[in-house]
Amino acid sequence: MVQASLFKFIIGKSIRIISLLAALCLLSFVLVSHSPVDPVQAYVGADMAKVSPEQRAKIAEHWGLDKSPAERFVLWGKSLLQGDMGTSMIYRAPVTDVIKERFQASLALMGIAWALSGILGFLMGIAAAMLRGSWLDKLIKWYCLTLASTPTFWLGLLLLIIFSVWLGWFPVGMGVPAGVLKENVTLANRINHIILPALTLSIIGVANIALHTRQKLIDVLESDYILFARAKGEAGLKLLWRHGLRNIALPAITLQFASLSELFGGSVLAEQVFSYPGLGQATVQAGLRGDLPLLLGLVLFSAIFVFTGNLIADIIYKLVDPRIKEGNAI
Amino acid sequence: MLKVNNLSISFIQYQAGLKQRNLQVISNLSIKIDAGEILAVVGSSGSGKSLLAHAILGILPKNAMVSGSMLYKGAELTPEIQKKLRGADITLIPQSVNFLDPLMKIGEQVRCSAGSGNPREKQKSIFRRYSLDEKAENQYPFQLSGGMARRALVASAVVGGARLIIADEPTPGLHPQIVRETLGHLRELADDGCAVMLITHDIGTALSVADNIAVFYSGTTVEIAPTADFKGSGEALRHPYTRALWNALPQNEFQPVEGFQPSHSGHLKEGCLFEPRCSQSSQECKCSTPEIREIRKGKVRCHNAT
Repeated sequence: MVQASLFKFIIGKSIRIISLLAALCLLSFVLVSHSPVDPVQAYVGADMAKVSPEQRAKIAEHWGLDKSPAERFVLWGKSLLQGDMGTSMIYRAPVTDVIKERFQASLALMGIAWALSGILGFLMGIAAAMLRGSWLDKLIKWYCLTLASTPTFWLGLLLLIIFSVWLGWFPVGMGVPAGVLKENVTLANRINHIILPALTLSIIGVANIALHTRQKLIDVLESDYILFARAKGEAGLKLLWRHGLRNIALPAITLQFASLSELFGGSVLAEQVFSYPGLGQATVQAGLRGDLPLLLGLVLFSAIFVFTGNLIADIIYKLVDPRIKEGNAI
Repeated sequence: MLKVNNLSISFIQYQAGLKQRNLQVISNLSIKIDAGEILAVVGSSGSGKSLLAHAILGILPKNAMVSGSMLYKGAELTPEIQKKLRGADITLIPQSVNFLDPLMKIGEQVRCSAGSGNPREKQKSIFRRYSLDEKAENQYPFQLSGGMARRALVASAVVGGARLIIADEPTPGLHPQIVRETLGHLRELADDGCAVMLITHDIGTALSVADNIAVFYSGTTVEIAPTADFKGSGEALRHPYTRALWNALPQNEFQPVEGFQPSHSGHLKEGCLFEPRCSQSSQECKCSTPEIREIRKGKVRCHNAT
């Protein structure tokens, strides 16, 4: 019985991700092939005048741009199925390698922002709900609502102005110091460069989880079972620990996993502002310079990334919530 | 064991702008319960029964204002004392399984409420007493059957050893057999020397187990009568509302009472609250609120009662 439902779960999810990816491929391909950016011109750049039409045609032929879009899509799809995502035109490296390298940088950034915003937001939400109506609650609510409507890039610029330009505490951008050999880059260098972008993403990410946790805890505190627990003499932090956390932790964790898409979207902007060499920046470059293979690779990768986040949230619910876990077992 | 004198509860409500108003939901309520006694508090929905329970336990919302006195074993129930007594001396048996933490195993919930002593031993013995099997210990509330959920609620309420037990509508919409079982538990607790307050809107349930019945109307007691007085066509009863309730039962005359219970919108009217629906109303009833007085070993709030 359990195995049957597990089997059903896996099949269902697989169908979903496959159809999602297929639709995404097609849609992005159509969009990019209608883009006004000419890949050859974007590639050659300012030297365009020095390149003869014949040479241009040769480049186009080399990249297969002379074929019809449908033909190109089929060719690309075939090699994708064999695990080959093609070669990035702007980085002149296999797309898989570019994504791998960029993702490592982004992972550190998003991981820090994710954990920090999750923990801080959760604690803020609890504090606000416990002291509902107090000045602290009002402050937290005001803070969250303000931040929820703050654009990421604007906050990034603000932090950059304050901490890098005025105070000079952190570097203005990039993932590592400029002019230093790769072997000589220390961990401290990397940390120094990651703090501001990570902070930008964390500060923004706090709002969602804090407001959600606040409301959830208020609902829990007004519930019948808290009333009964109080009638039986439970009170204060012990009451919160026993009945409160248990009932708000799961939705909070789920929300945090499901918010990976927003985090990813935010990181595109933050990386752009801080010239941080992550996936987001690569996405912007690929889009602006018509690097189709890289752009499609990134689209696929980010879809899988976000899908995985949601999948983990689903699985955690199944594993942790007894109402779902044991409900299936009956 | 418990004596409530002239209890009034009102809520401060904010209306449009900063205008405040006081919403009086319980007024001049007096009841008394002794050890070994079951007092049933009977009234229709919205008469303030549950609020009485919450007031005794001290778990009213923050915007509630309470006046009058509540004495437990002769000592005034102040918020500090209520906090100390909750669970240990005074407890609540709630309405439904929704009052159990949905994500906590039953055994653990009962142990949480065990108070002093060895929680595990206390839980085991209370489980035996209410014939909950060992399997139930590791089950979640949603896995329990209706009857087991009732027993789990009673078990987790009384595991702390409370002497005053307030059962707030403990039998709504349940199978007659489960109702009998739950009421049996209450009788057992009373026979062990506990004082039990049974809050219900079902006069039949109340009569089957209680020693005395307090009838609630619009936030106050209109009559407190021994169960034995509920017989025939209600000649022994003192208040017209009680008599009307009794005669409205299907097995009696099946006669409805015309009109509605006054709602708490704004000020309650002068005079007797039941006066607009009463067949014996006089000029006196319209102008002055009747005091509660003792008649034939019961209490009544009526000018015309004899």
